[in-house]
Amino acid sequence: MNATTIQEQTRLPKDYKSAIPVRWCPGCGDYAILSSLHRAMAELNIEPHETAVISGIGCSSRLPYYMSTYGFHSIHGRAAAIATGVKVANPNLNVWVTTGDGDSMAIGGNHFIHAVRRNIDINIVLFNNKIYGLTKGQYSPTSDRGFISKSSPYGTVEEPFRPAELTFGARGTFFARSLDVDVKNLTDMLVEAARHKGTAVVEVLQNCVIFNDGIHSKISDREWRADNTLLLQHGEKMIFGKEGNRGIVLEGWNLKAVTIGKDGYTLDDVLIHDATTKDNTLHMKLALMDLSNGLPVALGVIRRVEGPTYEREVERQIAEVKGRSPQNSLTQFLLNSPNVWEVK
Amino acid sequence: MSTKTVVTDIKQVTVRFSGDSGDGMQLSGTLFSTLSAIFGNEISTFPDFPAEIRAPQGSLQGVSGFQVRIGEKDVYNSGDKADVLVAMNPAALKVNAQHLKRGSIVIYDTDSFEEKDLEKANYQTQEPFKELGLEQVHPIGVAITSLTKASLEDSGMEGKDILRSKNMFALGLVCWLFNRPLEIADQLLQQKFAKKQTVMKANIKALTDGYNYGHNIHLTTATYRVEPAATEKGFYTDICGNTATAYGLIAAAEKAGVQLFLGSYPITPATDILHELAKRKDFGVKALQMEDEIAGITSAIGASFAGCLAATSTSGPGLALKSEALGLAVMTELPLVVIDVQRGGPSTGLPTKSEQTDLNQALYGRNGESPVVVVAANSPTNCFDSAFEASKIALEHMTPVVLLTDGYIANGSAAWKIPDMAQYPEIKPPYVQKYYDGTAKEWKPYLRDPETLVRYWAVPGTPGYTHRVGGLEKDRLTGAISTLPDNHQKMVNTRADKIKRIAEHLPEQEVLGDKDADTLIVGWGGTYGHLLEAMIQLRDSGKKVALAHFRHLNPLPKNTHDLLKQYAKVIVAEQNNGQFAAYLSGRFKDVSHLYRYNKVEGQPFKVSELVEAFTKIIEEK
Repeated sequence: MNATTIQEQTRLPKDYKSAIPVRWCPGCGDYAILSSLHRAMAELNIEPHETAVISGIGCSSRLPYYMSTYGFHSIHGRAAAIATGVKVANPNLNVWVTTGDGDSMAIGGNHFIHAVRRNIDINIVLFNNKIYGLTKGQYSPTSDRGFISKSSPYGTVEEPFRPAELTFGARGTFFARSLDVDVKNLTDMLVEAARHKGTAVVEVLQNCVIFNDGIHSKISDREWRADNTLLLQHGEKMIFGKEGNRGIVLEGWNLKAVTIGKDGYTLDDVLIHDATTKDNTLHMKLALMDLSNGLPVALGVIRRVEGPTYEREVERQIAEVKGRSPQNSLTQFLLNSPNVWEVK
Repeated sequence: MSTKTVVTDIKQVTVRFSGDSGDGMQLSGTLFSTLSAIFGNEISTFPDFPAEIRAPQGSLQGVSGFQVRIGEKDVYNSGDKADVLVAMNPAALKVNAQHLKRGSIVIYDTDSFEEKDLEKANYQTQEPFKELGLEQVHPIGVAITSLTKASLEDSGMEGKDILRSKNMFALGLVCWLFNRPLEIADQLLQQKFAKKQTVMKANIKALTDGYNYGHNIHLTTATYRVEPAATEKGFYTDICGNTATAYGLIAAAEKAGVQLFLGSYPITPATDILHELAKRKDFGVKALQMEDEIAGITSAIGASFAGCLAATSTSGPGLALKSEALGLAVMTELPLVVIDVQRGGPSTGLPTKSEQTDLNQALYGRNGESPVVVVAANSPTNCFDSAFEASKIALEHMTPVVLLTDGYIANGSAAWKIPDMAQYPEIKPPYVQKYYDGTAKEWKPYLRDPETLVRYWAVPGTPGYTHRVGGLEKDRLTGAISTLPDNHQKMVNTRADKIKRIAEHLPEQEVLGDKDADTLIVGWGGTYGHLLEAMIQLRDSGKKVALAHFRHLNPLPKNTHDLLKQYAKVIVAEQNNGQFAAYLSGRFKDVSHLYRYNKVEGQPFKVSELVEAFTKIIEEK
């Protein structure tokens, strides 16, 4: 058990709320994400003044204004790079990035993959509503092929990014997925992300009530959720469905959804989730499960492996070099450098 | 041989080492300048190399040069033309033919002046000197390649490796020519190749043999001596502008008691700043090589938000990429030092050449009304003071500062008196705690010091001062998002005013030369050495002339306007098409008597050309 969980909880979600009125559209999924973040921080019991929430541009990026922590609402796409600077400058801060699919996958795609590759200890909350909301409804890098929007009136002719694929492609150490409508699970995912040492990506399937209403309804609506999603839990069997009798098995190189007790499949055939294997092959397969290939969408912590974090490695090197050759002052350093001569 | 060589004393000399980019000419040149500086001469260097790492051998594109000017005193720049050229191949001779003085000495490697070598460099005849019209120079042919081979045949090195010491043999010849003590060169080589004993020994041998060869065969009738300079007492080292810039940042962080952070991306000719700061973990410097130019500056903005002295280093194309983020630093009023080592443009332009064409970009290259401080360094050693000052302004006035240097001063080097940091001013960032100790209630994120208009710095991690900043327009006090018309107008004015008021903290513009002159030469940044020498030569020829060389470009020193009005003629000389001149005349409407001298060749000014052009203007009725 982690030290923070044993500690007596002294903070409430409201302690992380700022006084500024929230101005998202009524019914927007962002409200639930904000509220989950307040809850997660209270559960983590972190000091608001030791927390920095950094964002780029877009609806999701308004979030720092609604926090009582330190916050930085920056420019489009750059939150991950700014957060990298903040975390390296002061590794003791809890650093969060709130971003959208346009902000982090399009204009900020480069910073996203490189932050993940460095494994800097920041928590990236990716609000994926598959649309540009703040600019009033253009398709985004996560919109499905053929998606009709104001900027794609005849449907898009390009494949979408899947955030998990980019994360794993960049050798990410933590990836979780959740739903805006499931505050309990989302809070859990944010807590897990914060406890992870390294870049944690939490993809939140979020509804844009104005420009892309219902884009995730096959996954998030109560009616469908049990059958169409699989909540992964480390060390647990991959079981889902209203009846709790559906499971994921490995067939050849592929995953397959089966009904336990049917076609000869038993509970023993069902895979057990291991979020901590170094090899990310199965994590990738799980993250890419999709209704279109007859599989439920995976939620929960899909991958969580340990690795050295960038900011700690920087600190370690500094301590090492300082230990070898401590420098007290620049003048002294220059006097001791080669090629010094004296004019008497 | 018993004949004694005549030693002639001379005041100054310019030597140019030139060869293929793989011939090690940069090293020969650096060693020669360093050992001359240690010997006690004033030095100024100008490395002039191609953008290609290794262009085809023997081709004109692949010629790499290193010019060193040494003197007893008054070495203000690396010199117009060379007194001595070392040409390792015909291409080097051809490229440098125009950079030779009448009567100069050309030491060339006869082994590489064969027919095929001449062909590679597109010669039409077998007589390269004649073909280039170099009838007024003294060619001295030395079989450098075969002599180096003979020198090192017992060194245990392979043939190809042996040839890499050719540059040391050539350096030995030059050392003999200028009566340089070899002990210093030996020491420098021992330091440089401490980890490669075989190479070190081979280089020392080649150097010594080159020296002895010159001595023994009595290569020229005269050798030259440049006496040590009577410089100010103290400890010296030689330093190039990029390294001085890096040290200036370290010095400022040390003074301010903050950590230094650099976010950067490799770009010629600025990368050496990143290299140096990456090494300086012994000072706790956090130097990050980011994924692109934008991440370079935005990571620095993040670090600044979190309390560091944050900097980003780049050149013109990189500054273009950083402009949106620079606007963010203006809006959030965070300290930031942006170093632009200017090179030839536009676009990729001339990466390894030098210009002053980024002034407009530094002053105006952002959306919105977006004022930043602009400071320009004027020499390799001045990069230290300028980086220190840029950091001080950034930290104390909570603003981004663009520090303009250029390829010429960034790569050029000069002897530098190691500074006593106790003599440098304090740097006191406006931390919020100092103003509102224990009474957080009164504080608002955009509350300002009434005198300087600087907002207070509340660094994350500090209890009681949590707040949000961002790129959207802010309420003038609370920092909350505001789109109110009068608030925006007020904030636009305040941001401009804040920068203007920095002039109160700057020294007045200094004028050198004749106080009662009719003509004032105006320059800025890296052209100082050339303009100063031009002014001195004009005065020596009996002309009354003054020089105002600017380092503070925005805000300008307070006396700028008065100063410009005092002179009948003002000549603004710059390595662009008149950006500073346009800036001055736009700012001061009654200053209409501006003459312009502009040259955009990617090469440093030539003093002789400056003198000629200025004389014409001075004599014009």
